[in-house]
Amino acid sequence: MKKEKKMKLSLPEEELMNSGHLACQGCGATLAMRYVLKALGQKVALCIPACCWSVIDGPFPYSSLDVPIFHCAFETAAVSASGVKAGLEMVGDTETTVVAWAGDGGTFDIGIQALSGVAERNDDIIYVCYDNEAYMNTGIQRSSATPYGAWTTTTPVKHFKDRPKKDMEAIMAAHRIPYIATASIGYPEDLFRKTKKAKEIKGTRFLHIYAPCPTGWKSRPEDTIKLARMVVQNATFPLYEIEWGEKYTLNIKLKEKKPIADYLKIQGRFRHLTEKEIASMQEEVDKKWQRLLSLVNSK
Amino acid sequence: MKKVIMGNHALSYGAMLGRAQVISAYPITPQTQVVELLSEMCADKTLDAKFIKVESEHSAMAACLGASLAGARTFTATSSQGLTLMHELLHWASGGRLPVVMGNINRAMAPGWSIWSDQNDSLSQRDTGWIQFYCCSNQEVLDTVIQAFKVSEKLLIPSMVVLDAFSLSHTYEVVDVPEQEKVDAYLPPFKPQIKITPDEPHAFGGLTSPEHYFELRYKLQKDMEKAPALIEETGKEYEKMFGRYLGLVDEYCCDDADIILITSGTVGSTARVAAEELRQEGIRAGNLRIKAFRPFPFETVRNIVKGAEKIAVVDRNISYGHHGMFYEEVKSALYGHNDSLPVFGFIAGLGGRDITPSTFKEITNYALKKKKPEEEIIWIGVKR
Amino acid sequence: MKKNKQAQKIVFKSEKDVPLMPMSIGTMLHNKTGVWRNIKPVIDLDNCIQCGICWKFCPDVSIFVEDEWPVVDYVYCKGCGICAEECPTKCIAMVEEEK
Repeated sequence: MKKEKKMKLSLPEEELMNSGHLACQGCGATLAMRYVLKALGQKVALCIPACCWSVIDGPFPYSSLDVPIFHCAFETAAVSASGVKAGLEMVGDTETTVVAWAGDGGTFDIGIQALSGVAERNDDIIYVCYDNEAYMNTGIQRSSATPYGAWTTTTPVKHFKDRPKKDMEAIMAAHRIPYIATASIGYPEDLFRKTKKAKEIKGTRFLHIYAPCPTGWKSRPEDTIKLARMVVQNATFPLYEIEWGEKYTLNIKLKEKKPIADYLKIQGRFRHLTEKEIASMQEEVDKKWQRLLSLVNSK
Repeated sequence: MKKVIMGNHALSYGAMLGRAQVISAYPITPQTQVVELLSEMCADKTLDAKFIKVESEHSAMAACLGASLAGARTFTATSSQGLTLMHELLHWASGGRLPVVMGNINRAMAPGWSIWSDQNDSLSQRDTGWIQFYCCSNQEVLDTVIQAFKVSEKLLIPSMVVLDAFSLSHTYEVVDVPEQEKVDAYLPPFKPQIKITPDEPHAFGGLTSPEHYFELRYKLQKDMEKAPALIEETGKEYEKMFGRYLGLVDEYCCDDADIILITSGTVGSTARVAAEELRQEGIRAGNLRIKAFRPFPFETVRNIVKGAEKIAVVDRNISYGHHGMFYEEVKSALYGHNDSLPVFGFIAGLGGRDITPSTFKEITNYALKKKKPEEEIIWIGVKR
Repeated sequence: MKKNKQAQKIVFKSEKDVPLMPMSIGTMLHNKTGVWRNIKPVIDLDNCIQCGICWKFCPDVSIFVEDEWPVVDYVYCKGCGICAEECPTKCIAMVEEEK
């Protein structure tokens, strides 16, 4: 054995998420929770609507987390959090950070109305969407976060998802909330920093975390982090922040944008795509990337 | 202090005197004045509460649930379409044992759009595990909100205080608004033993297997069964302090009545006028107004109707393919106890059609003419 | 270091023991997810540079730090293989589980 030195830990060692949880092997959503809790610390209350995490946490009378959770109705994550925050303040707790923790279905689809209401009022909560790009908990059905071209059990190969992923950041930016950030579990330090930053801001903060799902994407469990990095490096899911709906900051600058083909090829959900389809998807990614760059550069 | 206020404001005053801490609501006719007055009370600090002005009734209830779980006293008010939009979360409130108190203005369900009174909105929430009170005056509305907080918080079961559209919600009556100190003495602050807090982290409402779900529902029912006694007890306590008894039912001339008209809500006062007039005509009529629909006061109803010869239940609601909903309950209360007592089930006043003293006279005459009901449902006032 | 937390299964003998509302009163640590595993990570510490990457990327919180070295917690490790894939020196091998 080599000479002993300090192990290099880029994140705090304390864990608020325990082993024994019910996530699939290589689950990205689980890592998202682990990192966000490391950043927020123990003084947190979570509102979790129907999503993978309502299973991952474990059944009654157990929980995998050392922070309190309100398992709330599917479409209510955001406003449940507003309610908890208001209630806590009225009973004298002004410190606890209240977090809505929802999947993409609970955010992009069924929960968007309540989320829009919360954001419009600028209620003092952090909203985290961990995005695995379909209804995974119910068995891989398409959501409006499912990307163009993807197979799901409701978008079979013969009629794959033929509409682009909803631009949630643009919708949230239109609400002029103080803070919006995209993050990926492939970049934990970036996610950690953004969560810390969000914690210090008052008002509605929206974190959109890219969280691969090996079960639903038909990818290898060990590729979860690789996918979460590739998606950033090929600009399919760029990492950026938006302040007050106006100030765009790009966090991971790309010297050389990687092609999306390599990323698509290691996921079974894209296996059916032809070269031509991939080429047109590449064009879309390029266009979106240019749009983002112009927003970043317009000061 | 006596004030002339509308029924909707009686709800607001009830919430204010009950010191609701978090209010969340969405406007709907005929509920709007409830939340308008509460908004003003919160704005001018007459009431120290947070008012979350949400984008739907569904979110209103969701916010109340979150706030209640955090240990705050919560209040909301709605009506009709709004109440039914909340339906999913009504189950959440009772199953989560969150003692939210809600005012509901009875308004008929669309289509067609109706803003007028009937009870199908609240009665179709029958099985959601909420205590339901049907009120007959603005005074009763105000008093019941305060009592409801007390009952709900003791049992950890939510309560709905129900009043009719317009005939109560928009009608001005003299109401004795009790003093805050006296209400404080009656209703202590809400201090739940278990709540959402990082100091003692629990996960609430997680996945529950068949191994445990059954017991949770058993316990909810067992606590619901404690409600009738608790409503009577807190009602008597209220009477001691404020001079007004708040019970499960309200009876009028039932002791010697040959026929008892069973009603709920505002039409109770109409039934009394009719009963009075009938008595002048030599017909001994009485009125039993059922206030608590859930839990249903089976025993109380049985005892009161014991001596009657006939019962006429008047429902401003219908369970399609079945009966009026109070009629069902009354029949099931009597089953095996008083099977020979004829119970007539009338449907009247749906969608705000007037129910007048002459409606009750028509009902009484019908029931007196027949030995027993020949029809499952007797419709009153349908143009045929 | 792993905290010393309750890992017992909770049994309610009667409805009287069941809380009023469904709420957690214990951790999931009784659920030994190591049995899900077909392949297991084995760390060759001779080539380990103590970078902490395997610890960081473990979704099951099953790599912990002991005396400044990474140690796999086989009681819970589900064998996803992320640690082996991400290890910059490739000092983690995924080997067949003997059953």
